[in-house]
Amino acid sequence: MKHTESKTESEDEFSFGAAQSDVEVTTADRLRDFYREFIYKPGLVAWEDNRTRIGATILAVYVFVGTVGTWLYRSPSTNQSERSLQPFQTMEAPLGTTSSGEDVLAMAIHATPEMLIMILSGGIFATALAVLIGTVAGYKGGTTDRVLTTFSDVAMSIPGLPLIMVLAVVVSPERAVVIGILITINYWAGLARSIRSQVLTIREHSYVEASRTMGVSTPRILLKDVIPNIMPYVLVNFANAARYVVFASVGLYYLGILPTSVANWGIQLDNAYSQAGALSGGGTMYQLAVPMIAIMFLALGLILLAQGMDRVFNPRVRTRLAGESESETEDDEDAAAPTEVMT
Amino acid sequence: MNNYYVKRTGRAVLTLWVTVTLTFGLIRAIPGGPLEMLRARLVRQGVDPARIDSIIQSRQQQSQPIYVEYYEYMSSLLSGNLGESFYFREPVSKIITDALPWTVFIMVTATIILFAIAVVWGALIAYKEGSKFDTVSSGVAILLSSIPFYVLGILFVVVFSYKFGVFPARYRTSPGVSPDLSITFVGNALYHAALPIASIVITQVGLQTLAMRGNSIQVLGEDFVRVARLRGLSDRRIAVRYVGRNAILPMYTGFLTLIGFNLGGSVILEEIFTYTGIGYYMFEALINRDYPLMMGIFLVITTALVVSVYIADLTYGLVDPRVKSGDSSEAY
Repeated sequence: MKHTESKTESEDEFSFGAAQSDVEVTTADRLRDFYREFIYKPGLVAWEDNRTRIGATILAVYVFVGTVGTWLYRSPSTNQSERSLQPFQTMEAPLGTTSSGEDVLAMAIHATPEMLIMILSGGIFATALAVLIGTVAGYKGGTTDRVLTTFSDVAMSIPGLPLIMVLAVVVSPERAVVIGILITINYWAGLARSIRSQVLTIREHSYVEASRTMGVSTPRILLKDVIPNIMPYVLVNFANAARYVVFASVGLYYLGILPTSVANWGIQLDNAYSQAGALSGGGTMYQLAVPMIAIMFLALGLILLAQGMDRVFNPRVRTRLAGESESETEDDEDAAAPTEVMT
Repeated sequence: MNNYYVKRTGRAVLTLWVTVTLTFGLIRAIPGGPLEMLRARLVRQGVDPARIDSIIQSRQQQSQPIYVEYYEYMSSLLSGNLGESFYFREPVSKIITDALPWTVFIMVTATIILFAIAVVWGALIAYKEGSKFDTVSSGVAILLSSIPFYVLGILFVVVFSYKFGVFPARYRTSPGVSPDLSITFVGNALYHAALPIASIVITQVGLQTLAMRGNSIQVLGEDFVRVARLRGLSDRRIAVRYVGRNAILPMYTGFLTLIGFNLGGSVILEEIFTYTGIGYYMFEALINRDYPLMMGIFLVITTALVVSVYIADLTYGLVDPRVKSGDSSEAY
């Protein structure tokens, strides 16, 4: 991307934004304190990008709605307002009601916390496992590498969505945390492969070698020397994994494959589509539109964040001028692997 | 070099074996089991309890040691026997051979179209990098990527099928159109496939365009492009021979992989469009707990994915001579 945005933001706005970006980006405060300079500094660079800023703002809105919003706004229940109310008619149900009198806005708002939990659990599971397997495989080499690489190759080759569907039928998970993990059950594999190829170059760096000669233990080297270097990349992929969790979970809820005990935009879509007669009349389009917009903006926020942060990390996406002087020692083929082709 | 091919083939076989074993294990892990589901359905249909018992009895297999069952499962799979569907009362392989071509048709067509658009669009954006066209295009590409394909699919059905009635909302062809190679049939099939294909193309073209843009920008910065300019070669020649070729090549593996992944996504897509491909049957199998059909389709989709990635890996060295067969070609 060409970064044409003006550099005229006041210092005030800048730091305010950076702090907010941090909240969004790191997700785990523990990690943030630990790796402050590896996340905070790239975060500052990323924040200069419009995409990161918009993405982080969108996500902040979702976090707000999912935490404070659910507390401020009533929960959905049947017959809480007049039935089949069109949107913008009454302040009682601003976005209208379903044919059973449920407040559409309340349904959308109260589906947010579960979605955020799913995103967090799925994203953390996928990235943590990928980091663990990818760094160990890349750093250790030899038989460990071969075993782990084969393992992730096999996991990667099994199609995600059908596998999740079959597992969802077998396990029928009720809790959002479990669903998040289930959805990323083999998503980590592609990421582990590309992390491995990056670790291959990092392990040759002099400071890693120095640690090795000093007899520092492998877990310590991985934690102190290797992982901080791939942190920006991991965060980019956290956002991509999160987007995958959103798409897959809503799709599964829409199909009714996941248990409907948890509120979700997918269930809302399904109800609007199959029961509310959104097809025949067209007058109930708003019931479809509300969950659709909720899904799309969340995905947009995640994708913008990933794209914006990608700039910090990925030499391929840097501009031509900057790219010329960069010495690109990374394994380009692997770095450019389309980790997010699964939809 | 040869060693790589041997290893790669071994890995593909290993993956298929793991998947087959996984499905074997899953069928046994499922609570209730197919027979319980069948019993529940028969009870709902009001079948006489005595008859239900005899039906269940006739289906019940003698319980054997697990390794014998596993051996029989494997050998029947190898002979192409995927079992019989509980729900449709037909051999699973028959259902799949009927449905698979349609799904492959949709997904391959969609993927080819979206790559064609992405290559041209991405190259154009890269060439005009930093212009208004770049900003707007990149923005549009990101916006499109934030729409799940099924959301667009639902929107298409609501708007084009029900509101305006310009496209059919369901089925592979109109009833009564006979499946031969006539113009009517092909035209009708394309007409029914238009909306599913469009929803895939529109929602997936963005990310591929951005990938192509990234590749092109990188190639544009390479020395050989500058040398070509200094040599006074025509823009057209530079664009096609120098930039285009080098930027498209990295997308080649992504192309084959995406076809495989889209096959996996067919379950949601075909359910929305009531398009009776393998995804549709897999959904029917899931809700009816028709395990033989469910596992059969799961195996077919996995095989398709494994084979497409395998082909991509093996042929990448051929299309891009810079890549030595080895680790670097195992990008994805």
